[in-house]
Amino acid sequence: MNMTDMPATAETVTTMTSPKSKITAKNVEVFYGDTHAIKDVDVEIEDRNVTAFIGPSGCGKSTFLRCLNRMNDTIDICRVEGRIEIDGEDIYDKKVDPVQLRAKVGMVFQKPNPFPKSIYDNIAYGPRIHGLARSKRDLDDIVEKSLRRGAIWDEVKDRLQEPGTGLSGGQQQRLCIARAIATEPEVLLMDEPCSALDPIATDQVENLIDELRQDYSVVIVTHSMQQAARVSQKTAFFHLGNLVEYGETDQIFTNPQDPRTESYISGRIG
Amino acid sequence: MTDATASTPAAPASGRRQSISLFRQDAHTKRRNAAETRFKAYGLTAVLVGLFFLIVLFGSIISNGLPAFTRTVVELELTLTQEQYEEAESKLLKTGAYRDFFIAAFDRELEERGVEVEYDAAALERILGKIGGNLREFYTANEDRLGQPVDFELSTSSRIDGYFNGRLKREDVRDSRFLMSTDLDLADELYAAGIMKSDFNWNFITGADSGVDNPGGAGIGASVVGSFFMMIVVLVLSLPIGVAASIYLEEFAPKNRWTDLIEVNISNLAAVPSIVFGILGLAVFIQFAGLPQSAPLVGGLVLTLMTLPTIIISTRASLKSVPPSIRDAALGVGASKMQAVFHHVLPLAMPGILTGTIIGLAQALGETAPLLLIGMVGFVARGYPDGFVSGFTEANSAMPAQIYTWAARADASFYEKAWGGIIILLLFLMTMNIIAIVLRRRFERRW
Repeated sequence: MNMTDMPATAETVTTMTSPKSKITAKNVEVFYGDTHAIKDVDVEIEDRNVTAFIGPSGCGKSTFLRCLNRMNDTIDICRVEGRIEIDGEDIYDKKVDPVQLRAKVGMVFQKPNPFPKSIYDNIAYGPRIHGLARSKRDLDDIVEKSLRRGAIWDEVKDRLQEPGTGLSGGQQQRLCIARAIATEPEVLLMDEPCSALDPIATDQVENLIDELRQDYSVVIVTHSMQQAARVSQKTAFFHLGNLVEYGETDQIFTNPQDPRTESYISGRIG
Repeated sequence: MTDATASTPAAPASGRRQSISLFRQDAHTKRRNAAETRFKAYGLTAVLVGLFFLIVLFGSIISNGLPAFTRTVVELELTLTQEQYEEAESKLLKTGAYRDFFIAAFDRELEERGVEVEYDAAALERILGKIGGNLREFYTANEDRLGQPVDFELSTSSRIDGYFNGRLKREDVRDSRFLMSTDLDLADELYAAGIMKSDFNWNFITGADSGVDNPGGAGIGASVVGSFFMMIVVLVLSLPIGVAASIYLEEFAPKNRWTDLIEVNISNLAAVPSIVFGILGLAVFIQFAGLPQSAPLVGGLVLTLMTLPTIIISTRASLKSVPPSIRDAALGVGASKMQAVFHHVLPLAMPGILTGTIIGLAQALGETAPLLLIGMVGFVARGYPDGFVSGFTEANSAMPAQIYTWAARADASFYEKAWGGIIILLLFLMTMNIIAIVLRRRFERRW
């Protein structure tokens, strides 16, 4: 477990270079037209760990998340500066094909968005387009494995050919997570994955996230501080486009260094 | 409160809402409810007025057009021998000889049925048109039928036809070289004897147009074929071009001044009068490119130009209505932009695209003005095209053009045919709309 490796009294680790660092962001600036959405953000995201981005609405945490798999490319007016590296490779390099990047960095969205196809096809789509399965058997295996990892296999195994849109909200979101891991990514980005779910479904998804930590580097944006405290090992607090504080989750919630973090966590702002 | 009379002592000076019983409506509520009731009444009236005109429209189309589907004919079995044929062909007045053969056969038929009527050759010609000419035309084209019994079905003149389908009243008949009132007596007797009868006019549905002097023989079939070939051209060209253009504009093109300009121009193009496309087609396709005049190919090209904006606009609208979350989902699992569009967005937009296309086609099917300019109006199609390719290149008419041609002809019987043609055209349009609805339902029900 990563938690136990860390010194309990760690200072902010913003500048600390961890040997397990998966994603390194340096001097990242994001502009939407004239709006300066992200201001000089440096962050190191560790492998096989859950990192939570918290902060009030409009603070830029979702924007920053979408930089990590270049989903912002689809927005014409969006401009990203600085350097983001995954395993030491600059993802904004001209040679990088964003499509290939997104296969490596999977994403789960705020609103469950299964394709209007069968449950099976929802999972099989990614492996199909990336050529991960050589035969129908392979594909069946991948689908089953992904659905099991998504903690939804038992609920849907008898109705794989039914539309994914017919599932409940929580099931849809777990289906989307299973779909994201079916392409065997290395990093999983989650943009407020539980905001459309009820507490029970949220609990299921959170348990799932905790399990996924074994194999993936998970980055989760959340509005709920309790959720960040429950699922993450590292927490980054964003405010007005700035990364105010980044560190061990325990330390952020019990002993924040920055007065802004403290006000947000104690409920005085945000 | 502006209505002072309604709220006399109720409104206190303080401006605070006074508490009144819920069982009594206050003046404000009453006024609001009255306005709502009035508005509903206006709406209902508008719907009823629309419905009334719709009923009038369909009523008049059906009552005017139905007679075009029946015809009055004289059936007669006739055998012409080789010798009789040669004898007739050697005469100076050839058609006269044929007429005499016909009258001889007609007399035998009357005798067989035991009918006794007085008539002369002129009266028979007024009723049946140019008997001798028709007979000669048949035998010169089919010499092998000589010596065998042939069943002739001769359609009656438009006036006699009109007499039996109610267009012509006996009291309106003024004796002329076209019709004498005594001819009607003769026709009545022949009708009663069963020699003359009314039946369903299949020729109207399957046949080709006839000359101005033979309304009985006119049919819309050839122009239906012409319209069919035009629609093939329109579908094959406008669907792929329109869909490809919309996908590019909606999903791939950068949003800048140029694409804005293109967008505005496409919208404007949809509002350009169709006759403008007609003259463009005349100049470009016929005069410049040298394509054959009156051909369904050219008609189809012109109608493609006209239909494209409709298809592009409806396709873009249906692409826009696909939720962006689907695109995100596809991109999120590492699909390329094209894969996202073709695997996910396009299938979801399909019902809208199909509906737009079929509505565009239906519009093109009923379009007359551009056809005026490329020579598909006024052309008398004498028959079906020989084959599939010549169907595109051979001169033909189209349904609305044929209707226009008939409506412009003098004989009242053609007017009837025009209404009948409109019934056929409307049937086609309704079929296409039903197909659009069925396709949409089908695609939507999948998920």
